[in-house]
Amino acid sequence: MTADDLRRAITRIAHEIIEHNHGLEHVALVGLQTGGVPLARRLAATLAEIEGSEVPVGTLDVAFYRDDIGLRPVLPEAVTDIPFDITGLTVVLVDDVLFTGRTVRAALNALNDYGRARAIQLAVMVDRGHRELPMRPDYVGKNLPTRRDEMVDVSEEGVVIGDIRDTDPRGRA
Amino acid sequence: MKHLLSIADLGAEGIEEVLRVSDSFVEVSERAIPKVPTLRGKTVVSLFYEESTRTRLSFETAARRLSADVMNFSVGTSSVKKGESLKDTVETIEAMGIDAIVVRHSSAGVPWQLADWVDASVINAGDGWHEHPTQALLDCYTIRQRRGSLDGLRIAIVGDIKHSRVARSDVLAFTALGADVTLVAPPTLLPPSLEGWPVEVSHDFDGVLPKVDVVYLLRMQQERQTEALLPSLREYTARYGLTTRRAHLLQDDALVMHPGPMNRGVEIAAEVADLPSALITKQVANGVAVRMAVLFLLLGSGGDLG
Repeated sequence: MTADDLRRAITRIAHEIIEHNHGLEHVALVGLQTGGVPLARRLAATLAEIEGSEVPVGTLDVAFYRDDIGLRPVLPEAVTDIPFDITGLTVVLVDDVLFTGRTVRAALNALNDYGRARAIQLAVMVDRGHRELPMRPDYVGKNLPTRRDEMVDVSEEGVVIGDIRDTDPRGRA
Repeated sequence: MKHLLSIADLGAEGIEEVLRVSDSFVEVSERAIPKVPTLRGKTVVSLFYEESTRTRLSFETAARRLSADVMNFSVGTSSVKKGESLKDTVETIEAMGIDAIVVRHSSAGVPWQLADWVDASVINAGDGWHEHPTQALLDCYTIRQRRGSLDGLRIAIVGDIKHSRVARSDVLAFTALGADVTLVAPPTLLPPSLEGWPVEVSHDFDGVLPKVDVVYLLRMQQERQTEALLPSLREYTARYGLTTRRAHLLQDDALVMHPGPMNRGVEIAAEVADLPSALITKQVANGVAVRMAVLFLLLGSGGDLG
């Protein structure tokens, strides 16, 4: 995916979110640290351009909710910042890559500690397959078949698949 | 890192890492439900051979907010009274299957001894006059929260330095992070030798006050009077107490800190303790988050601390 492809995918996902939720009333975005955060901000800016209204944006670090604590080094990468009450809102979780689904599982548990959302939806730029939990995204930038040992890198310049994978089990560069 | 015994084991990088992770636990502490599932299935024992309500409560609260199970071994009502040795006590506790021991003891070095004997992580919650590393970490965190960093700050530690494990750990931590420390105390309450301590010493509190960014007061214990180290508490207050008059000598943005419990009217005037610049309750609140960070880094992160 090139930078243009990425921009178009964000625009399409923005339209899908608006259509699916009949507007943006009671919709909030929460980006997952670290890859989902810039995407959530771009998505919010695009939503504002289309609908003319701002949606609240939060960021979530799931380190304390991961299921591999004690099995490998787990450290928070940033402080969670959800400066609004999610109770009654439709929260769209935003991440760059959907892989095993374990991060999303942790994010669902974490969100539960911030309140009772009316609904939680999932937007990802890349769905690379290899799910280990029954998770299905609501909005997908691109379905990208990968090998397990490949890495997927999402940046402003676009999406790249690489051969070498580091120790990050989320399959990122 | 497996144990937290001394600030010296952490070094500047390790201290910074604890402070960084503490930010995340402050966020957890501010939530409606201030609890995370991170240490489910882990067991933390508090083993206090010296009475301390606040430190024990702070550690136990931290462990519970991480969803760890907490056992409290109360020395006053236990087999220790029946003459059980430290080693037997610790081996008994460990046989119950535990992951961490938070220990306080009146003898310096006990946490090191325990670390030798057990497989669990050992956290020093105060050993004699030696060290109290988590107090120093929460003090660093509290200063950093207000001033962004400790680098280049001037900090005065005032009072009974000689008998203070807080002073020892604070000196190590503050100087590791780049602060300049001045000890202010009567000669009788300074250690016999300060060789190797990266500090200045002053007996002129009035002269030091206008120059510092932080004034850190230590608790003055009544016993020091009977031990003839002080003429009287009144005399101590006159020369080394942070009275209302002295508080006016401080810069406007200077911070006032105290590890608690305070003797209002002795080392700190009652009104001064309630000033907005006094961070004493903030220190207590941050203490829980910082101890969560320490427990998480030792038991949960699998990362390398220090």
